[in-house]
Amino acid sequence: MKNEGEASEQPDNTAFTQQQLPAWQPILSAGIVIPGFLIIGLAFLGIGIGLFLTSQTIQVLEMDYTGVEKDSPCFQCTIQSVQNCTCEVTFSLSALFTGPVFFYYGLSNYFQNFRKYGVSKDYYQLTGDTQYFKSPRDVCFPYSHDSKNNPIVPCGAIANSMFNDTFELYQIINGTKKKVPLDGKGISWWTDFNIKYRNPSSVNGSFASAFDGTVKPINWPKAAYELDLTDPNNNGFLNQDFLVWMRRAALPQFRKLYRRITEGDYAGGLPAGNYSLTVHYNYPVLSFDGRKKLVFSNVSWMGGKNDFLGIAYLVVGSLCVVMSVVMLIVYAKFKFSDDDDA
Amino acid sequence: MLRRRLNRLCGGDEERVDSRTIYVGHRPCPDTEAFIPSKFCDNRIVSSKYTVWNFLPKNLFEQFRRIANFYFLIIFLVQVIVDTPTSPVTSGLPLFFVITVTAIKQGYEDWLRHKADKEVNKYPVTVLEDGRSVKKESEKIKVGDVVEVVEDETFPCDLILLQSSREDGTCFVTTASLDGESNHKTHYTVPDIEKDLQTLTSAIECEQPQPDLYKFVGRMHIYKLEQEPVVRSLGPENLLLKGATLKNTKKIYGVSVYTGMETKMALNYQGKSQKRSAVEKSINAFLLVYLSILISKAVVCTTLKYVWQSKEGQDEPWYNQKTQKEKDTNMYLKMFTDFLSFMVLFNFIIPVSMYVTVEMQKFLGSFFITWDKDFFDPEIQEGALVNTSDLNEELGQVEYVFTDKTGTLTQNNMEFIECCIDGFQYRYRDTQSEVDGFTVTDGPVNKLQQKAGWEKEELFLRALCLCHTVQVKEAGSEVLVDQVDGIDGLLGFIASSPDEIALVKGAMKYGFTFLGLESKSMKIKNRQNDIEEYKLLHVLNFDPVRRRMSVIVQTKSGETLLFCKGADSSIFPRVRPEEVDRIRMHVERNATEGYRTLCVAYKQLSAEEYAMADTGLREARLALQDREEKLMAMYNQVEMGMSLIGATAVEDRLQEEAAETMEALQGAGMKVWVLTGDKMETAKSTCYACRLFQRGTELLELTVRTLEDEKLNRDQKLHELLQEYHNKAVKDAPPVKAGVTRSWSTANQDYGFIIDGATLSLLMNPPHDADASQYKSLFLQICQNCTAVLCCRMAPLQKAQIVKMVKNSQGSPITLSIGDGANDVSMILEAHVGIGIKGKEGRQAVRNSDYAIPKLKHLKKLLLAHGHLYYVRIAHLVQYFFYKNLCFILPQFLYQFFCGYSQQPLYDAAYLTMYNICFTSMPILAYSLLEQHISIEILLHNAALYREIANNAMLRWRPFLYWTVLGIFQGLMFFFGVRFLFSNPALQDNGQVFGNWSYGTIVFTVLVFTVTLKLALDTRHWTWINHFVIWGSLAFYVFFSFFWGGIIWPFLKQQRLYFVFANVLSSVSAWLVIIILILLSLLPEILLVVLRKPRGHHSQQLSEDSSTDTNRWLRSLLSPTRI
Repeated sequence: MKNEGEASEQPDNTAFTQQQLPAWQPILSAGIVIPGFLIIGLAFLGIGIGLFLTSQTIQVLEMDYTGVEKDSPCFQCTIQSVQNCTCEVTFSLSALFTGPVFFYYGLSNYFQNFRKYGVSKDYYQLTGDTQYFKSPRDVCFPYSHDSKNNPIVPCGAIANSMFNDTFELYQIINGTKKKVPLDGKGISWWTDFNIKYRNPSSVNGSFASAFDGTVKPINWPKAAYELDLTDPNNNGFLNQDFLVWMRRAALPQFRKLYRRITEGDYAGGLPAGNYSLTVHYNYPVLSFDGRKKLVFSNVSWMGGKNDFLGIAYLVVGSLCVVMSVVMLIVYAKFKFSDDDDA
Repeated sequence: MLRRRLNRLCGGDEERVDSRTIYVGHRPCPDTEAFIPSKFCDNRIVSSKYTVWNFLPKNLFEQFRRIANFYFLIIFLVQVIVDTPTSPVTSGLPLFFVITVTAIKQGYEDWLRHKADKEVNKYPVTVLEDGRSVKKESEKIKVGDVVEVVEDETFPCDLILLQSSREDGTCFVTTASLDGESNHKTHYTVPDIEKDLQTLTSAIECEQPQPDLYKFVGRMHIYKLEQEPVVRSLGPENLLLKGATLKNTKKIYGVSVYTGMETKMALNYQGKSQKRSAVEKSINAFLLVYLSILISKAVVCTTLKYVWQSKEGQDEPWYNQKTQKEKDTNMYLKMFTDFLSFMVLFNFIIPVSMYVTVEMQKFLGSFFITWDKDFFDPEIQEGALVNTSDLNEELGQVEYVFTDKTGTLTQNNMEFIECCIDGFQYRYRDTQSEVDGFTVTDGPVNKLQQKAGWEKEELFLRALCLCHTVQVKEAGSEVLVDQVDGIDGLLGFIASSPDEIALVKGAMKYGFTFLGLESKSMKIKNRQNDIEEYKLLHVLNFDPVRRRMSVIVQTKSGETLLFCKGADSSIFPRVRPEEVDRIRMHVERNATEGYRTLCVAYKQLSAEEYAMADTGLREARLALQDREEKLMAMYNQVEMGMSLIGATAVEDRLQEEAAETMEALQGAGMKVWVLTGDKMETAKSTCYACRLFQRGTELLELTVRTLEDEKLNRDQKLHELLQEYHNKAVKDAPPVKAGVTRSWSTANQDYGFIIDGATLSLLMNPPHDADASQYKSLFLQICQNCTAVLCCRMAPLQKAQIVKMVKNSQGSPITLSIGDGANDVSMILEAHVGIGIKGKEGRQAVRNSDYAIPKLKHLKKLLLAHGHLYYVRIAHLVQYFFYKNLCFILPQFLYQFFCGYSQQPLYDAAYLTMYNICFTSMPILAYSLLEQHISIEILLHNAALYREIANNAMLRWRPFLYWTVLGIFQGLMFFFGVRFLFSNPALQDNGQVFGNWSYGTIVFTVLVFTVTLKLALDTRHWTWINHFVIWGSLAFYVFFSFFWGGIIWPFLKQQRLYFVFANVLSSVSAWLVIIILILLSLLPEILLVVLRKPRGHHSQQLSEDSSTDTNRWLRSLLSPTRI
């Protein structure tokens, strides 16, 4: 009978087939590791100190304006029956709040990261594709049609639940209120504003008629094309507040950028003094035991105030240094014992 | 009669008659009223598993029987049916990929088997049909066909010999590929068969097929014209077995009785069951652990979800209202679907791709065996062959090696080495230029003379020339030089045992040439080139109980001489004791050197003595009752009072480096068992030669011979011996310390165990069933404490039985069988790993083996280097896969606590799918193919290293726990590190905030880098491929993330990741958190690598104490007082 493996001739004699490829065999010897650890440790300590100090310089002012306590300024707005409620929150700064100051609103116990909530939007609508205005995607359900079965634009839970408290900030100088200009531009991601979201093109020169046959989200006081009537570039789906809202927060306690204070007299920051904040209180959070917050903060190269990173670097850095020292001691001992063996 | 016919017509299967009737040449016989062609299976050999038609369903069924595949199928179906967080594609695609790859691989392997089968089945044979010879394919042979077979062809099926070209109606056959015996066996034609087969009318009645090679019972009715039909009985001597080869006979005709899968050869094969490696078993165990982790995760999440929801306002906040349908759904159904959703969300913890990677690793890795040039044998121009790649790692776990002897340990090539005449040792040396080349190398020192007497020498050589049953091969037929026949020069010899040829050839070297046997007279040519003639009066055949043979010859001068040769133990008692002492020393020394020794004695018979012997022998031969016993008694009577002339030493040449290989295997902690069909003495001497038994080894023998006892019957004696040996080897042995289970190092006294087939079957099936398990356990315990075990006179199935017994013994050790002949096939199939040697005995073993190597010596590298590396590689691969998926999914699990248990995935679907397929698969694959934590040279040089990985050391629960803890630690790091960072999501210097996808992306980036760098830390052998793949994977991840987030993908319904990655990287904080989390996660690992004793070149001396491998550093760290 013939040989079966007649094809198998002399095997290739290459380094690869013989498993003889030249190879680097790293040996992490103490000579490399101990100084390595020391260098890494010192570098981390350096970074840590830098981070920590930077974080300390960042000024933050946080105010809960939910109005749970009876004596809090917005308590009266928490009563359901009150419509178009406004309340006034006052605060004072003892020193200059260095600019540019960023004005955030914060919500807690608010789950923007619910799975069903997260998928409840129609991306095609938001790119301005009017085809999808008439028949929103199923994922928007139950926020796709109103009770009269009219399609909702923009559909879905995220859009429907858009944060709609508005704020006006005044500096109180000698009893008179001086409005602090709030800059609503550049609060959303550049790509969201410029690429990802698109408005439908106007029909017959009218932006509103592009939305014909559709209704506004149930919770909205006004339709999407009326979000900012003063600035056509900030209207519709390209409204910055809308864009900020549409980027879902990662955790149930989050803050979102509301405005920046970059203009006029306040470009350099908020000077010391008394301030009053007028809140148009619309957004209900108490039904799910949520809280609303206002945050003023300035930022550094590392972003907002965050002590965690600095501390982490300091801890790990010192850990590395300590370990290198311990290793040095052990190594010395080990070496001696090794010599004894030999 | 009618009923019988009916039975045969309708389904003989249900009511199998215990005999079959075959009509030679399909010709009906006179006394059967009608010729009914009975149905027998055809002569096809099927070793393949699938056909084209059943491949798909059968293969799918086989594949989904694997736990993992079945699990993935369920997950996929759940995703299709239930609304789940991830799309069915994420698990369907990989599953489809796995199934397809496996199916292709198995299909290819089966195709190879089909090809091999075809080669056998399409082999051309000649069948006699209607007086003509018809060429047919082998598979077309039907029962009852008259088949013609010519010299050196193998029989295509089991045949009854009808006619032979030899005059005496015999033919010679070698069954080397069946039972390993390469000597020639004589088979006989049935008497009273007419010369013309065409007119032969006969029916054969014989038993139904059964696997015993040495049993056959049948009857042949021969009908002759106008004569009473003759009935002849048929025995095994009439049956030619498929697989045996015709020798020294030009042509035979035979009628086929058993065909195809019913041949004795096929019945000796065992059903092919898929072999699973121990690693796969470990994987399955780990899988179950992970499955329970998965289920508990899902249960925890589901429970907490409903606990959490029970709080007011949490279940359905106004901003996320439920649809009416959701509200109406039954609460328990909702719970169940939630549970399924969590299962789907976390299902990535059980890696689909691990199976793909393991399959690929095995498949590609096996090429290194095929490619290895060390396995290339220039003689046969072939290298190693890998039939199953599933078992690569098993090669690193072998505990028991079962080896065949003939053709595996030995070359089955006998050579006359030396002899001893009258106490003087003679060794043949080619180099010396003495006339006869016959020199004395040593002798009793106290004697002055240098050589034995001339007469003694001549007498001894004559004895060698006369006392045998060798035949001289006829001239003309020696075109094919067969090594087994031992053709040397002009003369070819045929004998029933290769030893005899070696002896005759030995005598030839010294000047006495056997010329042949012609009409009862033996001719020899003596040193003076004179022809001497002896009349052969009687041959007292060899038998294994007497263990000697004799001839009685008459010289020209009328003297009657008896020459006897046999094993020392059977000759010494029959000669004068004073002669014994002079020779015993030589015999014993030769035996320990591994030579096969025979003693030669002679006796001169007086006329009266001869007359008595002659009549006695004749009477005994003709006796109708107790013929055997009478003959035996007569033989014993004749072979008495002889005088010893000398002894011979014949070497069964070992395979190259056989002893070194065996030593290496034992050094690596493996136990070597020799399973052979050969005689005990022969096998024993081989064991000595291979250094399996050593001088100091005490042999515990459990054979037919030791069971002979006057007082006790065999069963009782067996029990007694077992107890005795057990006391010796097990109880008296120094207690084995826990942890050091390898007995080789513990026993002060080495024991070797010898058992033969008959005793083994007695042991396995004792008369009292109750004893069976006790005997078995005693036997196993004895064997486990012996350095080497020899099982001789084994039938092929018995070999498998032994393997099976050891395989199923306590601790289920990994077994390896190595053999070269068809008689080894059953044990090759039975063992965990079967290795075939591409020997001379056909291809059966190779075809049925898992790996085939050209020579025995290659086993060392195959096990010590390849096996070791494969094991380490795959063990690491498996652990790494579980680890990386644990720390992949753990953050996703933790995220559920922060998203209201809503099954929100932390990572984007693309990341979920690609993590195992693209980002982290290549580095581990490269690692698992290329890693050499210890270089091959050191592994080969230091067999003890093999013991470091024994008992599945890297896949036990401890290392698994270590990896799991590591995975959990890192998973926690990733998640909570980023969680604390996100306590203020304004991470950019422009004050903008990050969303949930940024969160996931940061975690994922840390994950991919950590997991890859962890592998980099583990890599001890960095080739350019490792560099390329590790750094390439990371670069690919970064590139992919930019790419994936850089484009608005038209086919996606949402652009979740659009620009997320780039945005993350624009934040310094994100960079810093990624760096510190990677470092922190790897810190324990780095410390461990540093503290672990570096395993450089100098470490090989230290590796003896493997237990201290962990490191001395760490211990000195933990207990500084030690120093």
